[in-house]
Amino acid sequence: MAELLQFVSSGLTVGAIYALVGLGFTLIYKASDIINFAQGEFVMLGGMMTVFVAMADVPLPVAALIAAIVTAGVGLALHRFAIEPARGASPVVLIMITIGASIFLRGIAQIVFDKRFHSLPPLFGSDPIQFGGAAILPQSLAVLGGAAFIVILLWLFIERTLLGKAVIATSANRLAARLIGIDTRQIVDFSFVVSAVIGAIAGILITPIALTSYDVGTLLALKGFAAAMLGGIGSAPGAVVGGLLLGMIEAMTAGYLSSNYKDAVAFLIILIVLIAIPQGLFGRAKIERV
Amino acid sequence: MLSIENVTSAYGRIEVLHGVTLHVEVGEIVTLIGANGAGKTTLLHAISGVQPITGGTIKFAGMPIEKRPAHARVAFGISQVPEGRQLFAPLSVKDNLRLGAWLRRGADLKSDIARICALFPMLESMWEKPAGALSGGQQQMLAIGRALMAKPRLLLLDEPSMGLAPNMVDHVLSVIRALKDDGLTILLVEQNAPAALAIADRAYVLETGRVALSGTAADIKADRRVREAYLGL
Repeated sequence: MAELLQFVSSGLTVGAIYALVGLGFTLIYKASDIINFAQGEFVMLGGMMTVFVAMADVPLPVAALIAAIVTAGVGLALHRFAIEPARGASPVVLIMITIGASIFLRGIAQIVFDKRFHSLPPLFGSDPIQFGGAAILPQSLAVLGGAAFIVILLWLFIERTLLGKAVIATSANRLAARLIGIDTRQIVDFSFVVSAVIGAIAGILITPIALTSYDVGTLLALKGFAAAMLGGIGSAPGAVVGGLLLGMIEAMTAGYLSSNYKDAVAFLIILIVLIAIPQGLFGRAKIERV
Repeated sequence: MLSIENVTSAYGRIEVLHGVTLHVEVGEIVTLIGANGAGKTTLLHAISGVQPITGGTIKFAGMPIEKRPAHARVAFGISQVPEGRQLFAPLSVKDNLRLGAWLRRGADLKSDIARICALFPMLESMWEKPAGALSGGQQQMLAIGRALMAKPRLLLLDEPSMGLAPNMVDHVLSVIRALKDDGLTILLVEQNAPAALAIADRAYVLETGRVALSGTAADIKADRRVREAYLGL
């Protein structure tokens, strides 16, 4: 029982990170129909930049803030200088551009930062909390709390603000959005910025537990993508549930089977979802009306 | 108010507008009739800036607008009710209307919303329902209401009677006439030529991307070719 509790707590922690990465995918996909495979690099940039700014004797919260702002700038630049010039290209081309951007960002990070692993001091110390026989890291709670905070904030934004409705409107009917005067390019700009910030926060929160390096983004992007697929691509609640579920399945596999198979689980899930339930758990099957 | 000169437009390499020239004066209802594929919707999209043009000029209130983005044209006062309503299906009736005033956000919209509700009383009972759950007629009312929320000076209407029951068609036509009486200038695209000619001041007949005929609504109605091809007489 204590063992199970231990696996659940670590599964929820990584799952929360996958959920945030999945939300980043969802937001950009909603606004622009693009799957942004540079999403993992936002996570890497958040963690790495916080580490390196903090090294220059900047207080940690300030370093984290700077990292989030710079990552937002990178997200905006990605849209403006890489995606926007190719506007009108097919989705496959745009997706390839994001893969190119992800390789580019990884290369830059390797030069600007370094190739080593780095960590950050945990937010609330590192003494594990004993709970039902399981040892829970205080940082796990920070990750879960932070993720919950972002999810609620995003939900309030979409449900309660006119800008949020404009994002939904753009995603529901781009032609109509343009005809009522919504500058849809700005909406997509905005979705890239918010996705970048969400990614950066995820990177900052997870670094004290999982460490960071210039190339952590690749695997995180794939896991986040698997989460979004599992929940149903384009569904925000789906991304959250998919992320948590994927984290749990991974932790159980690592605990009860072998940690060697941990990463394979995400790919297995992508395959199963594609074959058995392409619309995901929360997604609606796409019905073309003629 | 609107003057279009020699506008050409293409989808890829296929040119669909071969130099269209027309004008709409303040306070007029001008109708554009023509068969399927004549280029009516393409022309409206070109005026709204969601379809690129390959040549010609579009002037609104004397100002060239053909290089301005779509949202700037809405800000100048050109609103469109697109073909097939194109509502934001997952959003409520209220949110569809609020978004119609996107460029005036922050302004007090109470009186505008009250005006739309007076025009289309049936919308009020559907206030919180998603637009996708409305009937065809209600959707058309909402689409017109959403376009009016931008406070346009020129309203472009694309096939507002399409797919509506006959009594609904009459209602929409009477609303269009009431909007004209309020001083709105209207460019109306219709396949239902008798209905359009009944309320229009002037008309253009568009055939395969060219203006084939133009004149007062009465003249067009009396034209032998129009009577045969569009009025079924």
